[in-house]
Amino acid sequence: MARFISRRLFHLIFILIGVSILVFLMLRLIPGDPAHLLLGEFASPQDVARIREKLGLDASYPYQYFIYIRNLLSGDMGISIRSGVPVSEEILVRFLATVELSMAAMLISSLIGIVAGVISAVRKYSLFDYVSMVMALAGISMPIFWLGLMLMYLFSVKLGILPMMGRFTMGLEPRAITGLVIIDSLFRGDLHLLLNSLKHLVLPACTLATIPMAIIARMTRSSMLEVISKDYIRTARAKGLSQGAVVFKHALKNAFLPIVTVIGVNFGLLLGGAVLTETIFSWPGLGRYVVDSLLARDYPAVQGCILLFAVIMVMVNLIVDILYFYLDPRLRIDGKG
Amino acid sequence: MMRKIYLISVVGGLLLIPSILFAQKAVKGGTLTWGRGGDSVTLDLAQATDGESIKGGIQVLENLVIFGRDSMNVEPQLATSWEVSKDGLVWTFKLRKGVKFHDGTPFNANAVKVSFERVIDKNHPFYKYGTWRYPALGLGPVKEVKVIDDYTVALRTEKPYAPLVANLALWLCPILSPAAIEKYKEDIGRNPVGTGPFKFVRWIKDDQIILERNEDYWGEKSNLDRIILKAIPEVSARFMALQSGAVDIADDLDPDSIEMAKKNPNFAVIERPSVNIGYLAINTKKPILNNKLVRQAISHAIDKQTIIKSIFRGLAIPAVNPFPPSMWGYNYKVKDYEYSVQRAKDLLTKAGHPKGFDIELWAMPVSRAYMPEPVKTAELIQGYLAAVGINAKIVRLEWGVYLDKTAKGEHDLCMMGWLGGNADPDNFLYGLLSADVTKPPAANIAFWENAEFTKLVKDAQSIFDKAKRASNYLRAQEIFHEEAPWVPLVHSTIVRVYNKKLHDVPLRPNGLNSFQMIWKER
Repeated sequence: MARFISRRLFHLIFILIGVSILVFLMLRLIPGDPAHLLLGEFASPQDVARIREKLGLDASYPYQYFIYIRNLLSGDMGISIRSGVPVSEEILVRFLATVELSMAAMLISSLIGIVAGVISAVRKYSLFDYVSMVMALAGISMPIFWLGLMLMYLFSVKLGILPMMGRFTMGLEPRAITGLVIIDSLFRGDLHLLLNSLKHLVLPACTLATIPMAIIARMTRSSMLEVISKDYIRTARAKGLSQGAVVFKHALKNAFLPIVTVIGVNFGLLLGGAVLTETIFSWPGLGRYVVDSLLARDYPAVQGCILLFAVIMVMVNLIVDILYFYLDPRLRIDGKG
Repeated sequence: MMRKIYLISVVGGLLLIPSILFAQKAVKGGTLTWGRGGDSVTLDLAQATDGESIKGGIQVLENLVIFGRDSMNVEPQLATSWEVSKDGLVWTFKLRKGVKFHDGTPFNANAVKVSFERVIDKNHPFYKYGTWRYPALGLGPVKEVKVIDDYTVALRTEKPYAPLVANLALWLCPILSPAAIEKYKEDIGRNPVGTGPFKFVRWIKDDQIILERNEDYWGEKSNLDRIILKAIPEVSARFMALQSGAVDIADDLDPDSIEMAKKNPNFAVIERPSVNIGYLAINTKKPILNNKLVRQAISHAIDKQTIIKSIFRGLAIPAVNPFPPSMWGYNYKVKDYEYSVQRAKDLLTKAGHPKGFDIELWAMPVSRAYMPEPVKTAELIQGYLAAVGINAKIVRLEWGVYLDKTAKGEHDLCMMGWLGGNADPDNFLYGLLSADVTKPPAANIAFWENAEFTKLVKDAQSIFDKAKRASNYLRAQEIFHEEAPWVPLVHSTIVRVYNKKLHDVPLRPNGLNSFQMIWKER
């Protein structure tokens, strides 16, 4: 197991080198000059030239890459072209906001998705099955933008029961410990802040959860159906086990492998930031930041974000694989290496 | 006669009574929440290029001089008076006494020197702490900053440069605490320390900026306890935030929301003609377009009124000259090219293109106040050109590429615009249309080189008598009209939508105001 993990982490190094070269080149090969973008329609030639020099954009590509990697190895991701602030600081605060939102969304989508999928599979072709699968279909094809705005209009403007934007009420100034507002409020025992931030999470998390929830429900249903028809389930039933024990202990556990994969992949995707949801609900997350940075050709910022995404995807896959070991005893015997 | 006057004054007096009785007294306290399209990038305004940074920064930082509350007339701020030497090279400013920065250090001539020199002097120790964005528009002409005494400072320019005082009123020339610059170094943009009516408190990136009243402000202290600038990127969400009462002011709303707000008794909407222009630049270096008659034909072919009605929903006026009538020096005698398909066709025939020609029309990829829906606008223009036989192909490029290529002159027709921050005609005429700025990357993207025009606007820079300067600009506008290097399309109207609980809400024609005077009903 330890060898497996260390080997995967070793691979990560090569992935990161590959990704860094790729992103570095792609950013510079797509047209658009950061200095010119910085100044917009008011750019004067002298100012563009001066800023290019200041940002080191007039050096050759190999030299720029060398500098970039040298700084990266000493933990310096560079300075944002747009704001002049170290990229690592800029990314961290936004990443934490994204983590909070995606965790909440994944929690909602996994819980509801799995339960709905299991019930649908067990009561195949029942009314519940039809209704939940139609809803899942609707969920996958739902335009998130529309859904978010409608939820916001209904719950915030019309009913006025849920806050419409941000992570907490404007003007509150929670000092960060971890940067995750909910965890911080727990640490401090600040119930008011906890409730406040949970309320703020409801609408964006539900909006963001829609698509993964639908995918998870459908995957759970089909995976469960496959397992339920297996001989060992019939045996379990023949042994006289209760329905609950059969479904949760025997069927679901065996059906879990593909579900875990789907959850993992979706979580990885959400951690990369959810541009639409973040935009609608004014959530200061990573998705918006990447798009804004890309549009401004903020090279260091985009490079930093993409490297972070690469790490996230590798880690999520690694965790999914480790979970496989626990879920499937056969892997533990066969796949020691 | 006397009786009449008496009567008028009595009636007038009676009319005044209700407004005196019901005039509300300003309430002290409260938080102003301000929803806008995005977060600020930096609050050190000498480094700022975007409106969102400026909106926040001007609450905290002040300049030597500033534009009026609702106009673009230059008024004293940290300077109380100024004069120009006879040769037009030295500007001497008397500074306000007893002013303190938010960190408690005194404001004086040295602070002005440091704040300016860090931008213009490469050898200044603070130069490296920032990426100075537009010296050419702001402090560029200043060559030397000299401290005469604690409260007198002199600026020397290389050549006489009359627009300088208007430049100094721009956000680009703020005065910051030298002690704070030294302390925060590159981070000064996240910890701005100025002399303004509000102090910076906290900034949560991409989310909100919190400011509080400066109790030691030299002028009239604000009634508001706090201002929170909240980034709400989605325009419908921003309007919903106003409707739900989550914010008091919602910036940059779409025309539909503005219409709805006007009908809602809880909201107030104020409008002001802006100091911007949206235009269609005609590349005069291209073979067919180098003919003046063809350019005039294009000018006749475009129906600005319909563009204003359908794209701007009436929130704009048709542009005739390169800068708006809200600015001094505007030539009202110039009459716009009348929208006439027939006259356009006649001119094309006269120019030797009776059957028209093929051409590229570049559509801006980003939305701006002067061009809120560039692609739709381009499609309208395409239709107008087709009606006179010009077959325009719409070209869409990403913004960075667009700026790059238009500055190199690769386009035929391209859409562009300008916000004249300092409201000086020089900013438009010299900066965008003189022959001095046609070398790529060019600001004059019509690549129009007219010797007489350039001489007029260049000479005007060293004329300190406003009326004499204006006469140069009046003539320059006539030449521009005759030569038609652009089709000036529109000057948009700027709008501020807010909750009626707010009072004394200002709106300057460039949309950038300090909110010092605003107060909020409980």
